Amino acid sequence: MIDGAALAAAPAPRARRPRLLPWAPLVTLALLIGPVAAGLAGTLAPAFGWLPGLEAAPGLSAPGLWPWRDLLAWPGLTAAARLSVTTGLLSTALSLALALSICAAWQGTRAFAAIERALSPLLSVPHAAAAFGLAFLIAPSGWIARAFSPWATGWTTPPDLLITQDPWGLSLTAALVMKETPFLLLMTLAALAQTDAQRARLTAQTMGYGRMTAWLKVVAPRVYPQIRLPVYAVLAYAMSVVDVAMILGPTTPRPLAAQVALWIADPDLALRFRAAAGAILQLLLVLGALGLWRLGEIAGARLCVAWSCAGGRGLHDGPARGAALTAAGLIAGAAALGLAGLALWSVAGLWTFPNALPDALSLRVWRAQAGGLIGAGGETALIGAAATLIALTLTLACLEAEHRHGVRPSTRALWLLYLPLIAPQVAFLFGLQTLAAAVGLDGSRAAVIAAHAVFVTPYVFLSLADPFRAWDARLDLVARSLGAGPDRVLWAVRLPMLLRPCLTAAAVGFAVSVGQYLPTLLIGGGRVATLTTEAVALASGGDRRVIGAFALMQMVAPFAGFALALAIPALVHRNRRGLRHGP
Amino acid sequence: MVRPLRAALLAATAALIAATLSARAEPAPADPDPKDPDPRNWPAVLAEARGQTVYWHAWGGDPTVNAYIDWAGTAVSARFGVTVKHVKLSDTAEAVSRVLGEKAAGRDAGGAVDLIWINGENFAAMKAADLLFGPWAEALPNWRFTDPQANAALTQDFTVPTEGLEAPWSMAQVVFYHDSARLPDPPRSMAALGEWVAAHPGRFTFPQPPDFLGATFLKQALYGLSDNPAALALPEEASDYAAVTAPLWAWLDAATPNLWRSGRAYPQNGPAQRQLMADAEIDLAISFSPSEASAAIAAQELPDTVRSFVMEGGSIANASFVAIPYNASAKAGAMVLADFLLSPEAQARKQDPRVWGMQTVLNVAALPDDARAAFAALPQGAATLPPEALGPTLPEPHPTWMVRLEDDWAARYGAGR
Repeated sequence: MIDGAALAAAPAPRARRPRLLPWAPLVTLALLIGPVAAGLAGTLAPAFGWLPGLEAAPGLSAPGLWPWRDLLAWPGLTAAARLSVTTGLLSTALSLALALSICAAWQGTRAFAAIERALSPLLSVPHAAAAFGLAFLIAPSGWIARAFSPWATGWTTPPDLLITQDPWGLSLTAALVMKETPFLLLMTLAALAQTDAQRARLTAQTMGYGRMTAWLKVVAPRVYPQIRLPVYAVLAYAMSVVDVAMILGPTTPRPLAAQVALWIADPDLALRFRAAAGAILQLLLVLGALGLWRLGEIAGARLCVAWSCAGGRGLHDGPARGAALTAAGLIAGAAALGLAGLALWSVAGLWTFPNALPDALSLRVWRAQAGGLIGAGGETALIGAAATLIALTLTLACLEAEHRHGVRPSTRALWLLYLPLIAPQVAFLFGLQTLAAAVGLDGSRAAVIAAHAVFVTPYVFLSLADPFRAWDARLDLVARSLGAGPDRVLWAVRLPMLLRPCLTAAAVGFAVSVGQYLPTLLIGGGRVATLTTEAVALASGGDRRVIGAFALMQMVAPFAGFALALAIPALVHRNRRGLRHGP
Repeated sequence: MVRPLRAALLAATAALIAATLSARAEPAPADPDPKDPDPRNWPAVLAEARGQTVYWHAWGGDPTVNAYIDWAGTAVSARFGVTVKHVKLSDTAEAVSRVLGEKAAGRDAGGAVDLIWINGENFAAMKAADLLFGPWAEALPNWRFTDPQANAALTQDFTVPTEGLEAPWSMAQVVFYHDSARLPDPPRSMAALGEWVAAHPGRFTFPQPPDFLGATFLKQALYGLSDNPAALALPEEASDYAAVTAPLWAWLDAATPNLWRSGRAYPQNGPAQRQLMADAEIDLAISFSPSEASAAIAAQELPDTVRSFVMEGGSIANASFVAIPYNASAKAGAMVLADFLLSPEAQARKQDPRVWGMQTVLNVAALPDDARAAFAALPQGAATLPPEALGPTLPEPHPTWMVRLEDDWAARYGAGR
């Protein structure tokens, strides 16, 4: 938590202007938490039987516990809740295990650089696009089956196998692992930069430990606390994801969040109450699973201590290292093939089973959609740029306040920063939509930008905080001794030096903004059409050609952001060799 | 240490809750606003509409449909100075939800939605909750080309009287389509379909209710199996629901284990089902548009061996409509657009299978000569049945049947058996 007392009494006689900077962290947190809290309030009310505006519909406005009774009476509840918990826990555990094993097995090698290069582009692939790609790959009528049919399998029609939409949520879990492993890997890498991992591992290895064992015993315990919040965000996201669950998840019944999203959209207004109760239940499930995960952490820590004390050297880690490399290759390969499949569909004419390639090629979809793609692309870029600018400004203000005034967020403040990522979107966006309409803010581009900023800021903060703090403060001292004031130091020394991490953080934020679906739809009132809202609307039409075209555009937008983040520093720093690879 | 922040947060939350509360304190006025445009004075509507922007919330899942809406918007803009923005929904209920949200928030004017493509339970829900503007539809100039006496679907939306709250723009009728290369002679009754499914496990499915096409399959099947189809015209409470639906559940109990994926997964909507046909995962499928198969062949989505057929004993038919929410920002513009959609020109273009291929709501026989000629000149796709082969039409059952069937289907087959 921000140290409120220190804030109130922040002594700074140097200040010549009204001091706004020390308040930056508090303002930022309020801007992030306000909408979430307000949205939750707007969901809690109907969960207890009260939704203003429904007076005209008879029998629907009596406060009470009846929405909960209605929810409990829904026959699929147990299975839906179980699915949410199992797919969430399983995909998070697998992603974390994979990310850590890949680091343990290969960090510091050339293979690791290759893995990093292969997996990091996956970060900018929207979840829905990755899910569509995977679905086309592994379905019984998908690309893999087509490649082996009919010559190897004898199939002239697809086999009736339950692969996607399986009742255990395994294909859903696979898609989540495919997306979250790269995220956790990059988060681990960022944390590793702070831990002197290389030398610690080497020291352990000189004591006779195997490479993986050394990393897991001496580096992992230092890294995990730093990636704990991202892990929790992954768990919360995986439990309450809607779009991926709609594409790959089971439907009889669906995972709870997907079912709640359908209830919200049902014309039967009575279902809004059940949806609200379900959304609150989803929130409770996420909190419960986080608690469970915390207990697992404690138990895991005990086990690891015992394991470390036992002193096993674990020298024969060849197979484990191979497995980690294979897993990384599988993830990158599945993603690449899935996206290539989508790209091919976007130019396909008729493409029947079991042909591995389209029967005919056609640019019809691209021609027909060109206008829509350009319009939605422009809107996406504008909203993403504005939301990112807000997020970057808030983040820099917070970090500069920390630097100048020592207003340093504690772990608990970081928790609050993560709140928009941890609270399930279905739990607060419906309430937020109602409130935005109440103050007349919905349906405007500005409101959408503000809503995006809520989700973009945490990511920008997380990307930028460590490089910003790692900046050598002695440079500040030198500049100040040469007569520069704190503002001049910021603008003339610090920001130019930190241009690269700033732009990387901006690119991450932009990618997050591009991927936002529910906030854009609900707050934008459907009037604000971005690539993602158009893609999801067209995806409801099920034509893989159109889905492919929009999914590609959805990927191109964040890619462009990342490319700029690489190109601009290279250009600006072309005469500054020492800055080319970051400060 | 924590207190100032926590207090600030509490205060903010309380303020927001208070804002919600105060919104409730002033219930929405239900009376017609004198400032609202009056369709009986059409020149005034046209004058008011000029310069307005109409946000038309319509399902956006089909590029063909989107292109038609785009064309209509361009035409209305050129002729009447009304700008049309197509808000592409993945589900019509999103628009209902939005209007409801606005009403909850006390936004009784200046709403986000100006026109909704709607029918059935969405309309029933909006009408019941007083979320619609009107009556206006029967005062539109082009209404005179319809014949509501002969076509009851124009004024009875799933048996709910429209009362001028929505204007028709498309007719739809249930047909099935099959790939004649894989299945030359499709089953043409529910009993025959049941036998075929038993003999060919894994080769048939339907969109998962409550998707409207899946729910339509249940209703069509009920018509084909029930001994007492007359009961469907009245609310289900008025009849012996269990007895009327027993044959349907018996049929589904027998068929479900032999459906695609043994009934453990379903396509989520009609287009997803069409993709299964394209992937050769299933051999026949239900559709709500007699020209869907031809249009999909033209778009290279389905092989050209696909053909349409109908069930013996009749097929469910209905109309779909456009409605204006009570708090729409551009009511005059929305009416001008709705009237244009009802014009012989727009209707003929919509029925052209190269454009979209949806049946007109107009009484073609009573149109002026040139308009009638335009309809007569329309080509017909190879997979589209001629009108005389479409067989008798059946009215939509009362909406209560759909709700109860969806719930019972979900409890029996949809929620984790």
